[in-house]
Amino acid sequence: MSVLDRLAPELITGAPLLVMQGIAKRYGPVVALEDVAATVWPGEVLGIVGESGSGKSTLLRMMNLEDTPDTGTYTLALPEVAGNLFDLDRFARRQLCARRIGIVYQNPHQGLLMGHSSSGNVAERLLVAGERRFATLRARAREALDVSEFPLNRMDDPPRLLSGGMQQRVQLAKAIALEPALLLLDEPTTGLDVSVQALVLDTLKRLQRDRAITMVIVSHDLGVIRTMADRVMVMRRGRVVEEGLVDQVFQDPQHPYTQELVHAKL
Amino acid sequence: MSLSNLTRPWAAFSYGFLDPSAKREIRRKMIKAIAVPGCQIPYASREVPIARGWGTGGLQVTLTLIKPASVVKVIDQGADDSVNAASIRRFLSRVSGAGETWDTLAATIVQSRHRIPEERLRDDQVLVLQVPNPEPLRPVQPNMSIARQMHADADYGRLWLVLYEQMVRSGRIMQGAAYPALVNGRHVMTPSPIPRWDVPKLNMARHLTFLSAGREKRLYAVPPFTRVEPLVFSDVPYKVEDHTRLTCHRSGLTGVFMNEIPQAAGGSVFEASDSHLGIKAIRRAEGDAAEIGPLWYQNGEFRG
Ligand SMILES: Nc1ncnc2c1ncn2[C@@H]1O[C@H](COP(=O)(O)OP(=O)(O)O)[C@@H](O)[C@H]1O
Ligand SMILES: [Mg+2]
Repeated sequence: MSVLDRLAPELITGAPLLVMQGIAKRYGPVVALEDVAATVWPGEVLGIVGESGSGKSTLLRMMNLEDTPDTGTYTLALPEVAGNLFDLDRFARRQLCARRIGIVYQNPHQGLLMGHSSSGNVAERLLVAGERRFATLRARAREALDVSEFPLNRMDDPPRLLSGGMQQRVQLAKAIALEPALLLLDEPTTGLDVSVQALVLDTLKRLQRDRAITMVIVSHDLGVIRTMADRVMVMRRGRVVEEGLVDQVFQDPQHPYTQELVHAKL
Repeated sequence: MSLSNLTRPWAAFSYGFLDPSAKREIRRKMIKAIAVPGCQIPYASREVPIARGWGTGGLQVTLTLIKPASVVKVIDQGADDSVNAASIRRFLSRVSGAGETWDTLAATIVQSRHRIPEERLRDDQVLVLQVPNPEPLRPVQPNMSIARQMHADADYGRLWLVLYEQMVRSGRIMQGAAYPALVNGRHVMTPSPIPRWDVPKLNMARHLTFLSAGREKRLYAVPPFTRVEPLVFSDVPYKVEDHTRLTCHRSGLTGVFMNEIPQAAGGSVFEASDSHLGIKAIRRAEGDAAEIGPLWYQNGEFRG
C-alpha cells in the first residue's frame, strides 16, 4: 500500500483530481519549496497550515498555474488536459486556469478590480471563458453572488466601497462562477473581524456541502483548518512535515513542529 | 520659412520626401502589419514638416506608398477643403508628383482623419487612417507594457467588462467613435476615431487599410477580405448612428452619415459629412455628369 492510499479518506477510492510531485522553488538564496508533494481527491477539502513564510502561498500560486516551480510535476484529472501542466504553453495555462480553477486571495486587491462593479468582476470571469450574451452574464453573475451570500442590492457597487467580508464574497463569487473543478483559498478569512470570519466560513462550508467542490484552503489558523478541511498538510520552511486526516493530526501530532503548533493553539 | 524651402521637388527616381532608409523601415513594418492583421507594429517615426498630432503617422505611410502615378485624396472629418487636409494633399503632390483629387472614385490613396468615404472603396485603392491613440486597452490598462502582454494573451476581458458596465448603468452601449473591433478573430484594434457608422466598412472590405499613429510610433493594418467585428454582446445588436431619416440641407442626400450644424435661430440642420459626395449630388441635380460610385449604405442599411 502506498502512502497516498493510506492517507486517503476511507470512503474515497477513485483517482485523485490533483497530484503534485517533487515541487521545488527557490527565489535567489531563499528556498520557498523543497520536494513538496500534494494529492487532492475529488470533493474533498485539503487544508494547508504552517507559519508565515513556510511556502503555502507559493504552493497555491502553482496550483493556480500563476507560477512555475524549478522542478516538479502537476496533473489535474480533467478531460481536456493530460500530462504535466507546467509544460503547457502560457496561453493554454491561462485558459485552463480561467475555466477550471477558482481562487480567493487573502488580499482582495490581488483578485479584484477594485474600481469596477462587483457584478462586473464576476462577469469578467465568464467573459474570459467566452460568454457573450449580456442577459446570461447578468443572470449568472447575480446567481454566483447570491450563492456567496453577497447582498444583491449592492451587486453593482465597486469592491472599493465594500467591507472586507463583502469583498471576500465577491472574490468567492468570481471564483465559483464557472463551477470550477478546483477552488483555492489563500487565507480567505485572515484579516476579517472574528464574527465576519465565522460568517464567511459558514458560507464556504455550505458551498462545500451543497456542491461538493474540491478545495484547497491555506491558513495559519488551526481553527479554520479544523472547521473546513478533511485532510491537512503541515508545512515548515518549504517542506511538508506532516500530513493526515485533520482529526488524527490535531489529536495525535507526530512531528515536533506540529505538536508545538497544536499545543500553542490549545 | 515655407514648405518650398524645406522640401525638394520630386524627381523621377527620388520622391516622397522620406529618404530610402526611412521608407524601407516603414515598408517593412507595413508588411508585418499586413501579415498580422490588427496587431500594432512599432516603427521608427521620422520628422515630417507637420506637427505631431496632425497626421504625421498617416502621412509617413502615405509618403511610403505614394508614387508619381498615384492620385491622392485627403480628408479631415469628411471634408477635402479643410486647411489641414488641403495642406497635406498639396504637400504630398509637391514631393511626389502624384495627382490631387477630391473624388473618391479617382483616388488611388485616400488619407483620412475621422471618416471613411461613403462610396465603396475598390481593391485598387488604399485607405490610410490617421490615429491619435492606437491602443484600445489604454482606458483599462494605462501600463503599456502590460497592455502588450494582454494583446499577446488575447486577454480582452476588461474591454468586455467596460461594455458590460455601460449596459448595466445605462441600458445601452455608450462607446461612440473608435469602437473597439476584433480583427481576423485575434487582435482587438481601435479603428481610429471613425464613427460606428464606418466600422462595418472595414469588415471583409475589398481595399487595404493602414492605420498609423505618429506620436505613438505604431501602425497596424486591415488587409482586404479580413473580418473586422466590433465587440458586441450577442443579444445586444451593434447599432450605427441613426442617420437614416436625416436629409442633407445642401445636397438633398439621405442615408449617409451627417454632421449636425446648429443654427443661430435655434434648432439645427444636417449636412452630408462626406462633403465631396454632397458636391457631386448637387452637380448631378444641376444636370452635370458627376459620377457617384456604389455606396456602402443604401437607405441607411449597410450593404457592404
Ligand atoms: N516572488 C517572490 N520573490 C522572492 N521571494 C519570494 C517570492 N514569493 C515568495 N517568496 C519567499 O518564499 C518564501 C515562502 O513565501 P510564501 O509562500 O508567501 O509563504 P506563506 O504563504 O506560507 O507565508 C518566503 O520566504 C518568501 O519571502
Ligand atoms: Mg501566504
